[in-house]
Amino acid sequence: MTEKYMIKQLSIFINNEPGRLAQIAAALKECNINMKAFNIAESSGFGVLRAIVDDPGRAYRELSKKGIIVKETNVIAIPMTDRPGGLLEVAKVIGDANINIEYGYAYSDKNKASFFFRVDDASAAVSKLLAVGMRVLTETEI
Amino acid sequence: MYWNQKTECMPEGKLKKLQYKSLKRLVNDLYSFSAFYHDKMKAAGVRPSDIRSLSDISKLPFMNKSDLRDNYPTKMFTAPGKDVVRYHVSSGTTGKPTLVGYTKNDIEFWTESLARALTSVGIGSDDVMQVSYGYGLFTGGLGLHYGAERVGATVLPTSTGSTERQLELMMDLDVTAIACTPSYLVYMGGVAKKMGIDFQRDTRLRKAVLGAEPWSENMRQHIENELGIQAYDIYGTSEISGPMFTECTEKKGIHIWSDVCLVETIDPDTEESLGPGQEGELVITVLKKEAMPMIRYRIKDLTTIIEDKCACGRTSPRIKRITGRTDDMLIIRGINVFPSQVEHTLLQIPQINGGQYMITVDRIDSLDYMTVQVEMRPEAFSDKIDDMLKLKKHISSELKRYLNIAVEVELAAPDSLPRFEGKAKRVKDRRKL
Ligand SMILES: [Zn+2]
Repeated sequence: MTEKYMIKQLSIFINNEPGRLAQIAAALKECNINMKAFNIAESSGFGVLRAIVDDPGRAYRELSKKGIIVKETNVIAIPMTDRPGGLLEVAKVIGDANINIEYGYAYSDKNKASFFFRVDDASAAVSKLLAVGMRVLTETEI
Repeated sequence: MYWNQKTECMPEGKLKKLQYKSLKRLVNDLYSFSAFYHDKMKAAGVRPSDIRSLSDISKLPFMNKSDLRDNYPTKMFTAPGKDVVRYHVSSGTTGKPTLVGYTKNDIEFWTESLARALTSVGIGSDDVMQVSYGYGLFTGGLGLHYGAERVGATVLPTSTGSTERQLELMMDLDVTAIACTPSYLVYMGGVAKKMGIDFQRDTRLRKAVLGAEPWSENMRQHIENELGIQAYDIYGTSEISGPMFTECTEKKGIHIWSDVCLVETIDPDTEESLGPGQEGELVITVLKKEAMPMIRYRIKDLTTIIEDKCACGRTSPRIKRITGRTDDMLIIRGINVFPSQVEHTLLQIPQINGGQYMITVDRIDSLDYMTVQVEMRPEAFSDKIDDMLKLKKHISSELKRYLNIAVEVELAAPDSLPRFEGKAKRVKDRRKL
């Protein structure tokens, strides 16, 4: 039932070497992969690029073929009002629903803003959000 | 000042005779009582009766670190367990460490060697000696401790670490001499500066006995000028007991006590003996060892033997400063590390492709840092940073467990590290000595 709310995120490992991110960006372009949202998490010596793309299945295959470490993960997307306090509203609902976020990132274009986040049990989290009346986005809505 | 003038200044002819007698007895004993050495001599087609002069030593087979590994832990021991009074342990080339055993007499001649050496640099009963080598499995701490006590010095056994405390004790207790790695002394100098301590004004330190890692004449000049002390080179390795030999105050080579050890140099490729003055791989025969005799041990250090008489009056041969290694062993903060140990450890971690790695060594503010890059397997990749940090930590703690040094680990993507055709060059040593 919650299946349609599962957004496929691609996570890509970035080596600690100059130009590695540019290489990955070039690979995305070569494979004609359009990013709808992305975020880069950095740590000591490496990084993880997290991206929501047009056709994640195809992107996953093409990037893997190029020897890039990529992983598919389900994340949840909820709409956000693109104005001060927007994040607070979202955070409050998630907190009230007692959902523990592993990580999250917001993304906005001129039409809309969304908050993407990763939890341990995405399906349970979606049910809780729906139960408190929160709107959860589907793949086609982002 | 001599500790044992009769032996240290024995005429060369007499010394050689003494060496021949010791060698002959050692070979006879081992042929009769050591299965390991009996088989080794048999395989080389040499019998004790073939040793008719000192130069006949070249007929005897070499020993290597692999002999110690293959006979781990005590198969090479020639003394019964009840006579073994101590063990020391150092790195092996792969999984098993190198174990060395000592009888009471072995500790005695080791201590005697160091007593002669310390006396030859003017360290004696008026001195307070800080031993900042590691105490424990490593031979440096306990070896120097015994040697310094033997000459009557007051020993301050600080071991390694807690540098600020070491400096405070050095000042409070009027320390006059120190034994440690040269890089640690430079590091101490830096810490002292930050604490507002002027070595020349605030400490009574006058002499340092430095070793357990390669260093250079430049570094000696730097240390002596910066700290206002005399710095002497010390040499030895656990297989021959531990640190045993130093330069004398002439600073023109390390005196190798002839009654204790017989040194040769060989061409590392052809194994041909080289003469004095020719640089080659050092081969040491310990003439007096009871628990674990070493005959023609290939120590893998490159040096030159000097036979001319030293101005100090001692007649033993000397070896020049070690210029390099004939294997790929690295010395990181005084600890021996073999790339094969790193590989052995990595191969046991399923999340990485252990056969592919790169080792980088840097020296920053006089301290050595080792970084190991490893290739992660795609399955091990997680979108959660936390999981990746856990993996990194796991790899470095495994390396720490096997190598006994802190290692910085860098995760790399599969197939991203260099591949080699022929001999792999997996080590980048960027230290400038
Ligand atoms: Zn001398």
